[in-house]
Amino acid sequence: MNIIRAMTLMSVLFLAVLLFTIINQTFGYAIIETKIKPVAIIGENRKLTDLDKLELVEILQENITTGRFSTLERDKSMQERSRDDIYDLVYLEVLQPKIVKTWKLWDSLVDSKEIKQEFAEDYPDAMLIFKSWLSKDFIQNAQSSKPTEAGVRTALLGSIWSILVTILVAFPLGVGAATYLEEYATDNRLNRIIQTNINNLAGVPSIIYGMLGLAIFVRALSSITSGQIFGEFANSSDNGRTLLSAGLTLALLVLPIIIINTQEAIRAVPDSLRQASYGLGATKLQTIWHHVLPNALPGILTGTILAISRAIGETAPLVVVGAATYITFDPKGLFSKFTTLPIQIYQWSSRPQVEFQHLAGAAILVLLTLLLSLNSIAILLRNRFKK
Amino acid sequence: MISKPDSNHAIRADKLNIYYDKFRAIKDISIEIFKNKVTAIIGPSGCGKSTMLRAFNRMNELLPSTHTEGSVLFMGQDIYAPDVDPVEVRKHIGMVFQKPNPFPKSIYENVAWGARINGFKTGLERLSMDEWVEICLTKAALWDEVKDKLHKSGLSLSGGQQQRLCIARAIAIQPQIILMDEPASALDPIATLKIEELMRDLVEDYTIIVVTHNMQQAARVSDFTAFMNMDEDRAGVLVEYDKTNTIFTNPHDSRTEAYITGRFG
Repeated sequence: MNIIRAMTLMSVLFLAVLLFTIINQTFGYAIIETKIKPVAIIGENRKLTDLDKLELVEILQENITTGRFSTLERDKSMQERSRDDIYDLVYLEVLQPKIVKTWKLWDSLVDSKEIKQEFAEDYPDAMLIFKSWLSKDFIQNAQSSKPTEAGVRTALLGSIWSILVTILVAFPLGVGAATYLEEYATDNRLNRIIQTNINNLAGVPSIIYGMLGLAIFVRALSSITSGQIFGEFANSSDNGRTLLSAGLTLALLVLPIIIINTQEAIRAVPDSLRQASYGLGATKLQTIWHHVLPNALPGILTGTILAISRAIGETAPLVVVGAATYITFDPKGLFSKFTTLPIQIYQWSSRPQVEFQHLAGAAILVLLTLLLSLNSIAILLRNRFKK
Repeated sequence: MISKPDSNHAIRADKLNIYYDKFRAIKDISIEIFKNKVTAIIGPSGCGKSTMLRAFNRMNELLPSTHTEGSVLFMGQDIYAPDVDPVEVRKHIGMVFQKPNPFPKSIYENVAWGARINGFKTGLERLSMDEWVEICLTKAALWDEVKDKLHKSGLSLSGGQQQRLCIARAIAIQPQIILMDEPASALDPIATLKIEELMRDLVEDYTIIVVTHNMQQAARVSDFTAFMNMDEDRAGVLVEYDKTNTIFTNPHDSRTEAYITGRFG
């Protein structure tokens, strides 16, 4: 008993340390310095924050290139933009903020006095802020090489798209296969071999599935996965390294999980229910569709939760299938190049600049939130059907 | 064996043999069941009563290892003929099981589902499903108890109510024959009594074949009684089949007498 309790405590401890590490990276003090001092633009007497909209537009126009200004104008005309919006533009485009030093959450809390002292002594012109690297901008911005502007939107959308493809493919296929194996297949050698294979496939390393996906979806079926045969010529340079390939590869990966869990759930449906249904003159299909599957649904959804959790965190197969490590545009459909959150996290955390470590921490929190919300949808569904 | 004009027969088995793999569970049974009567099948455990009952609506073949020889005539048709769909047979011959097994759906759905998948043919007058559910539950003597909670789960009822719900469910598909496999053996005496009364009421409209362990029950509810026993190979044989009164007061076979007087079984 005691040893079991100790082991449980230990795992809770490790989880706590993990969570602490992530949160520790995501928040903390940061010193931000602007490349251009406000004084150099508007003189000593005025403060940037006091200016009205027209004055800010003027400053913007004077201090950036005409090309850049018209690009901004094209995004949204200056008239439509609010004053705060233009203030942000001036701050970003003209003053060009740069993070010079960051601290982690723990240091920020414990050594806050020393940090403030260091700030006052060494960076007289800069700004000390308590920065949450996880912010609205972080979720809304696309990937960027500047840590202050880099966001996770591209990767988040990539993850959501690929999970949707995965579930839409793996759920019907998996439930169908499990229903066949449980309700229709006779006990012969071939079916036993299939069953053993499925059980073993659940334990195959995910990178192997990546190789499979590369060979089948990216190479052999590239005309389909790149959208060529659907007339998507614009993206044909992707050579099949698209969201569709990624989703299908992940679907293969989670298929055994869904099949095995669905089989368990179907086996748990009492035989008396089948008999009652047959006794009323129901066909086999009616019995399965109206009684067996609805009663197995909670178990099937449990399998789906496991499958989602597995698929959303997978990195290795997607690297093999060809997820982009650096793209700044959103996926537009099944035939887009893509990146996903785990790949983004991996890429950021392998960078030398310390700012990207903070971004990686924030991206992990986004990934965890996405995972938990998808799972809670499945759990809510399951509880609904359990009644 | 009794012989009556053919029109009185609801169903008739001829030289029925049923095997589980190699084991013969039913040996050469021929029996004629009369219309609008309650026929009880009694006998010691393991003599094949339930297997015999399930042969009447081809439920045995849900186990893949069984096979059946001989014929069962229902409405002039051998239900074991190769072109007969067992699903079609079960639409005409309903079944109530030993353990109450309502669907984990609402009381209303339990009754309506079978009617719906069978195309809901309620005869000449066009009834709505609500009316049909009420009629079936009334026939099963359950309406008054559940009319205020039709949309509660069927599993929320007591055991006896659940079994009557199963009977209502069987009635809803308008069968000619209702097979009952020890319908009261999982119930308390009061619930058992209700089921027995119900069987007497239902026999006006349906033919009922009931397997029972309880000889008093057979004596109380049935018009005819079939006594089955095992032969030396443990295969089930029909020993004696006659009016219930005759079986219990003046059996012809010594084994029947031994069984009903409680000397074995």
